[in-house]
Amino acid sequence: MAVTATLTSTERQIGIAISAGLAVLGLAMAAVAKTGPMALHGGMALVLGLALVFHLGGALYDQPEPSARRQAEYYDAPTRFGIVMTLIWAVTAMGVGVWLAALMYWPEATPPVPATSFGRMRPVHTSGIIFGFGGNALIATSFYVVQRTSRARLADAVSPWFVLIGFNLFCVWAATGYLMGQTQSKEYAEPEWYADLWLVVVWVTYFALYIRTLARRAEPHIYVANWYYMSFILVVAMLHIVNNLALPVTWGAGESYTIWTGVQDAMIQWWYGHNAVAFFLTTGFLGMLYYFLPVRAQRPIWSYRLSILSFWGIVFFYMWAGSHHLHYTALPYWVQTLGMTFSVMLLVPSWASAGNAIATLNGAWHKVRDDAVLRFMFVAAVFYGLSTFEGSFLAIRPVNSLSHYTDWTVGHVHSGTLGWVAMIVFGAIYSLVPKLWGRADMAWPRAVEWHFWLAITGTLIYVVSLWNAGITQGLMWRAYDEGGALSFSFIESVEAMLPYYAARTLGGALFLTGAVLCALNCRATMRAAGDRVDEADRPLVPQPAE
Amino acid sequence: MSTDPKTLPGADPHTGNREIDPVTGYDTTGHDWGGIKELNTPFPKVALAALALTVIYSVIAWILLPAWPLGRDYTRGVLGLDQQAMAEARLRNLTDLRAGWLNRFEDPDFAALSDDPALMALAMPAADRLFQDNCSACHGRAGGGGPGFPVLHDTYWLWGGAPQDIALTLQVGINADHPETRWAQMPAFDWMADEELSEVSDYVAAMRSGEADPDGAAATLFAENCAACHGEGGVGGLMNGAPSLVDDAVIYGQDADTVMTTLLNGRQGLMPYWSDRLSDAEINALALYVARMSDAAGSTPSGATE
Repeated sequence: MAVTATLTSTERQIGIAISAGLAVLGLAMAAVAKTGPMALHGGMALVLGLALVFHLGGALYDQPEPSARRQAEYYDAPTRFGIVMTLIWAVTAMGVGVWLAALMYWPEATPPVPATSFGRMRPVHTSGIIFGFGGNALIATSFYVVQRTSRARLADAVSPWFVLIGFNLFCVWAATGYLMGQTQSKEYAEPEWYADLWLVVVWVTYFALYIRTLARRAEPHIYVANWYYMSFILVVAMLHIVNNLALPVTWGAGESYTIWTGVQDAMIQWWYGHNAVAFFLTTGFLGMLYYFLPVRAQRPIWSYRLSILSFWGIVFFYMWAGSHHLHYTALPYWVQTLGMTFSVMLLVPSWASAGNAIATLNGAWHKVRDDAVLRFMFVAAVFYGLSTFEGSFLAIRPVNSLSHYTDWTVGHVHSGTLGWVAMIVFGAIYSLVPKLWGRADMAWPRAVEWHFWLAITGTLIYVVSLWNAGITQGLMWRAYDEGGALSFSFIESVEAMLPYYAARTLGGALFLTGAVLCALNCRATMRAAGDRVDEADRPLVPQPAE
Repeated sequence: MSTDPKTLPGADPHTGNREIDPVTGYDTTGHDWGGIKELNTPFPKVALAALALTVIYSVIAWILLPAWPLGRDYTRGVLGLDQQAMAEARLRNLTDLRAGWLNRFEDPDFAALSDDPALMALAMPAADRLFQDNCSACHGRAGGGGPGFPVLHDTYWLWGGAPQDIALTLQVGINADHPETRWAQMPAFDWMADEELSEVSDYVAAMRSGEADPDGAAATLFAENCAACHGEGGVGGLMNGAPSLVDDAVIYGQDADTVMTTLLNGRQGLMPYWSDRLSDAEINALALYVARMSDAAGSTPSGATE
């Protein structure tokens, strides 16, 4: 069924109006900027807006009105689109990641043009994974989960499309901007002011949609997964706005000065950076875990109380932890101490979530053994526990004096992103794709098993090699001989990295292979879509027509 | 909210009992979110104990270390630690440790320094770190050089290979910003006629093997234009930065094509000066280290890279 057929003609008209607005915005941006990345980004928005106008306009009278019964069904078309975008970003951004890993070993293995230099491609990898892959997965699953756990249909049919398409436009602006050398030079917040403003509009729409849908819920309470998703949406909005406060140099160029200065700028940046890890890469995905794991295992959540403790513990303690990124810097010592201690206190709520997830599997361990999809979720919970322990440990100031600026940090991040975030996303995707495309199972069930083992092997090789790399670097950098001179020159520590960088490239390549297999498997499943419908999977109370 | 168990969600309206999970034996909370239920498991004691432990750790850290802001001040901590003072103390310790041997290099009596094996055993590995961190990016890990960057481990020198000469080069650089920098320029000879350029290129290329014709027209051109800097017959050694053209060492290359490029465009290599980054003692240690690189090469020069 065409997506436009899920919209009433009024909704199609609203869609045309918004798309036309986007086209006008793009034209204005291109006209004001004339040249450079901002002009190109304006052109992209213009083309996208016009394409949507024609797509919706062509369907305006041709497509039949959706059945009046649609209010008695969940609205899953945006989730399907979000999953496709998740897979596209996964393969793209992980591919760039493997390329960058290879550049550490073969520095010349890139065309000698600025766009493919390490410095420009690195944020394409990080933003592509965090926002493109992770963000699409979070938005897509949050739409699915909020409807099921509220037993209510999404509050309207236009804003989920605005959120998803607008968010992906932001991601494409970000990635293409980096390749053209456009950056705010703030890690994970590189996109320039106009992209940031656009994301604010998208994000506020997202939050409003989520709250409006929750308000329609047929259940008296709000499930913990929704608390996590809401904290993700709300806090990311707050972080994004505060860290990106900047003055454009002119209205006609994607260049700006941040309003923060000096060590305050560093502190704001890492308050943002660490809470991006917390509220983008943790709480959102905990929401995913809290829905898909019990559903797949067919087990009740082990402890309601522990869910509550973890949620408020994580939300409260994480907010303080960002300064552990700035140990032994110009940041005052007292701020470092607070960051360190709150990072340590954060461990227990984090482990409570991981433990709650694992204890939920009591009575379902035979399913973990037999079902690769549930095994993805189990491994995600285990890596969540490992990564949060490692994070609290690395935040302790003397430990950080060894690990800071080394590849241990990179290994830690990937233990979280590969082992936890990507694993839970793959678990959710393998749960959702058959269901949303009307089938009992994936097209190639055996490939899921292959993907699992590729992913776990790749993750372990990657993480273990970078632990070794980082600890080796840290020890070499701090070693002095009996005469008080450095024991190693810097280049010796670089040469010592070669075997580890080769191994991390291999690990990343295995993980990428699994992701490509997943994307192909999903594509085959989508092409062989069936008409299976779960009659019980419906809103509890049909909502009145809008 | 009612406390009557019979009215709680999921409770049996007659007995007030709620659904018991057969695996764990716990009752559920009565919530049902699209099929997801929750057990009413109490807080595990171990989680509360662990939380208490981390809080105790934090409180102790707050007491000992600078921790909480107080308006314009902050709690200093009973240990009275200050990260600036601690960092300075650590740097001072290392400086003191190094002073034991490094201070001896403030006096550039290189012969005496070289004759002290105990001193050399400490100083030369340290000078190797200095070389690797500051010099090897251009001159290579073992001093092997590369196109544009002279070899250091052979016996050919532009500005002298004695430790005091090398120390001066390190102090002031070559074509650098230092007011007393060594200065050298190979001018462009693009005003020469094409056939003259070609003849000189072939002549210079042949000089290395001694096969250049000493009576040809090119020899005259060389004597008129090149010998002032490169010496009669191109033997170099004038301590002006112009290399010998008859030995094995090359900087940019001595094939006819490269010589032609040099003649057309000129050359003006740059060696930065280091007196702002390294102390005199460090420069002297490094100069001795580099001098010993070529001493190790001995009387059999390793010759040119490219």
